[in-house]
Amino acid sequence: MMVNIKPKSGAHIGAKASVSHIMWQVMLALMPATIFGLWLFGWPAINLFIITVLSAIFFEAVCIWLQGRAVKPVIMDGSAILTAWLLAMTLPPWAPWWVGVVGSALAIILGKQVYGGLGQNLFNPAMLARVALLISFPIELTTWANVSPLFFSNSPGLIESWHITFSGIDNLDAMTGATTLGYIKTEFSQNHLLSESLKDYSGLLNFIGWARGSLCETSVVLLAAGGVWLVRQGIIQWHIPASLLLTVTVLASIFHLIDDQHYVSPMLHLSSGGLILAAFFIATDYVTSPNTPTGQIVFGAGCGFLIFVIRTWGAYPEGAAFAVLLMNSATPLIDYYIRPRIYGRDRQGKPLEITKS
Amino acid sequence: MLSFFTKSRIRGGVHAEGYKELTSADKIVSTFPLPKTLYIPLQQHVGKPAEPLIRVGDKVLKGQLLAYSQGLISSPVHAPSSGIILDVNDYPAPHPSALPIRMIVLETDGKDEWVKSKIVVDPFQLTPEDISLRVGAAGIVGLGGATFPTAVKLNMGRENSIDILIINGAECEPYLSCDDRLMQERADQIIDGVRLMLHGMESDRAVVAIEDNKPQAFYAMQTAARPYPLIEVIQIPTRYPMGWDRQLIRYVTGKEVPVGCRSSEIGVTIHNISTAHAVHNAIRKGYPLVSRVVTVSGGAVRRPMNVEIPLGTLISEVFKFCDVDLAQTARIIMGGPMMGDALPHTGLPTVKATSGVLALTESELKSTDVQPCIRCASCVTVCPAGLRPVDMANNIRMNQLDAAVDLGLKDCISCGCCSYICPSNIPLVQYFKYASGEVVARQQAQHKSEQTKRLMDDRNSRMERIARQQEEEERIRIAAKAERERIKAEQAAAAAEAVAQETLV
Repeated sequence: MMVNIKPKSGAHIGAKASVSHIMWQVMLALMPATIFGLWLFGWPAINLFIITVLSAIFFEAVCIWLQGRAVKPVIMDGSAILTAWLLAMTLPPWAPWWVGVVGSALAIILGKQVYGGLGQNLFNPAMLARVALLISFPIELTTWANVSPLFFSNSPGLIESWHITFSGIDNLDAMTGATTLGYIKTEFSQNHLLSESLKDYSGLLNFIGWARGSLCETSVVLLAAGGVWLVRQGIIQWHIPASLLLTVTVLASIFHLIDDQHYVSPMLHLSSGGLILAAFFIATDYVTSPNTPTGQIVFGAGCGFLIFVIRTWGAYPEGAAFAVLLMNSATPLIDYYIRPRIYGRDRQGKPLEITKS
Repeated sequence: MLSFFTKSRIRGGVHAEGYKELTSADKIVSTFPLPKTLYIPLQQHVGKPAEPLIRVGDKVLKGQLLAYSQGLISSPVHAPSSGIILDVNDYPAPHPSALPIRMIVLETDGKDEWVKSKIVVDPFQLTPEDISLRVGAAGIVGLGGATFPTAVKLNMGRENSIDILIINGAECEPYLSCDDRLMQERADQIIDGVRLMLHGMESDRAVVAIEDNKPQAFYAMQTAARPYPLIEVIQIPTRYPMGWDRQLIRYVTGKEVPVGCRSSEIGVTIHNISTAHAVHNAIRKGYPLVSRVVTVSGGAVRRPMNVEIPLGTLISEVFKFCDVDLAQTARIIMGGPMMGDALPHTGLPTVKATSGVLALTESELKSTDVQPCIRCASCVTVCPAGLRPVDMANNIRMNQLDAAVDLGLKDCISCGCCSYICPSNIPLVQYFKYASGEVVARQQAQHKSEQTKRLMDDRNSRMERIARQQEEEERIRIAAKAERERIKAEQAAAAAEAVAQETLV
């Protein structure tokens, strides 16, 4: 007679999925855009990326160690690496080393562990860190390196890249410039119209990602491909990306049609800044987004609306991080009010009326 | 395109890996050696346990009534083989707790001799009430796992004059294929059972629903049903829990059973195909329910099969027959792997509800390495009842059971989809079963304290009343005494006056 001492109920078998599997799938989806971004901005970007990820692992390990828990399994779940990965993708590519370290500390310690670790945080850790950095260090966070792909003549070499990462960019004006959205904002402040400021703008280059911007959020094509693949893999649902992108497109189209000299076209909205990254990878963060399809549509639309508002009328040229954080704070409310209908009950939770024919 | 906009008829659910091919290709094995001893629980159904009418030492024949049903919702128990009654006592139940329940122990004599029964020539001449009576007397209960007495359901169907009888051939649980084989091999008998049920409920439409992963069963049943236009055989999508009665009702009829109602109240009754088969046996052959087809499967089973066994056979005997490697067995499960119960050992009997006995290896089991919830909402997506398991579990963890009840704890059907899909391996169903039990326990405790309080209040008021009565009596007594004294005094006064008058005179 064999004795099994652990009586257990239901679902003795299970789907072959795990938290770390999900995290690695997301990282796999980010891979093309990441590799492109690292290539586009060269060695200083690679330094920053590695520093950010390693320091996130370090801070996560310290927090877990302080809690007296086993460190290795927590690191292996991949959540800290993914957070740092997403944060690094949104940083200026040639930012100094301490931006990555401070960013990771903010994301892991303030953004995640003080809430109780994985699954407990109210705000997206990567976006929380990014916004905190942007407000605290506005200069470093808005210094955008020129496109300087690896193996091209203008790309800094290994030694030079260490210099950039650890003591700053020497020849600032020659090597940096403004992002498209930032440039438009500045031009508006000097009362220039769009047709004037967008003389040199190439939609195609922006679409591929050949433009100044954050480390890995410039390539619309690669990010969207990764995002669509994630939807197809069933890792994320389509509701948030679709409603977010649709909201931005509709709002941008309406205003662009009304006044095309003051409101940029929907295509430009879609192909610049962190919109695609936010739509597929940031706003869809499980922990900080609603858990019903309807709730996710509301959440996505809210993010899209706020992004458009901040970009168009706000003080900052880009608003994805702010928008996501603001909607994160609305998630508990959305989940409270938008609930699925229980079988045999109406939306208010009362039993259905008998409908015998 | 129009169908895209109409309300979806299937909600939630998972595509669970089937593993049915382990047993679904081979015929039902009917050479199971008769066990020496059978352990027959008195409660193998929903409702009150049956009451034994035999004595220890009695000689019984196969199919003889051992215990009669008591109460409205109950079911009798019959002898699965001929032999001598060894004992009527408490033995471990086929339940995760293995706590003892009352069982009849039968020592078989090897003759397997049937009790004589009268066979009905044309059951369609019987009154519908008679059909119900015979089904009830044969001890037939819902064999899909619900074990609700079938006769009661037939009566309810007749009283509510239902429009449609759904025959559940979904068999959506992975590993199990006993219904599949039964439909392939005994389709005519099942269809006959369905016709008898229709007659018993005075209804004239039946739909047999079979998941589309069982094409052979579907063709067999379709062929068997061809002569009877009242019976329609349809294929339904393969998606666990398609066999949940309410999911199937919604898929077939488009109607939803309101919470707290029986399906017959909206004009639908649902029975399992094995139940229909048992009805055929009971009415046509006069056989009560004494055996059933059980799927024995799992990674640790060297000879997985569907086998017909007498009820009350110990799992250890079944495992011996199927050559189960106990060293490899990580968990023994009665029923399917989604909703079945893990059993602590093999010394437990099979019962009417036993559709399968599984011996699963460690690699087949869901990992028990629980990770933090990442709110991925997979559990919300797959829940067929429209619940939010993630929030319910969070509240239960914080001991906020009332909040969990508000979120719909009582609407949980324990189908196991949430536990199945959870990437963090959180045993959600375990949470819900614990909480449901705890809520009932708390309600009972509260009820008890309320009763105690009521009794105390009653006693206090009674004592008060008695005290008041005594006081009143005392007052009356004092008043009466005063009155008596007054009268006495008056009389004395009168007498004194009379004396005085006399003296005056």
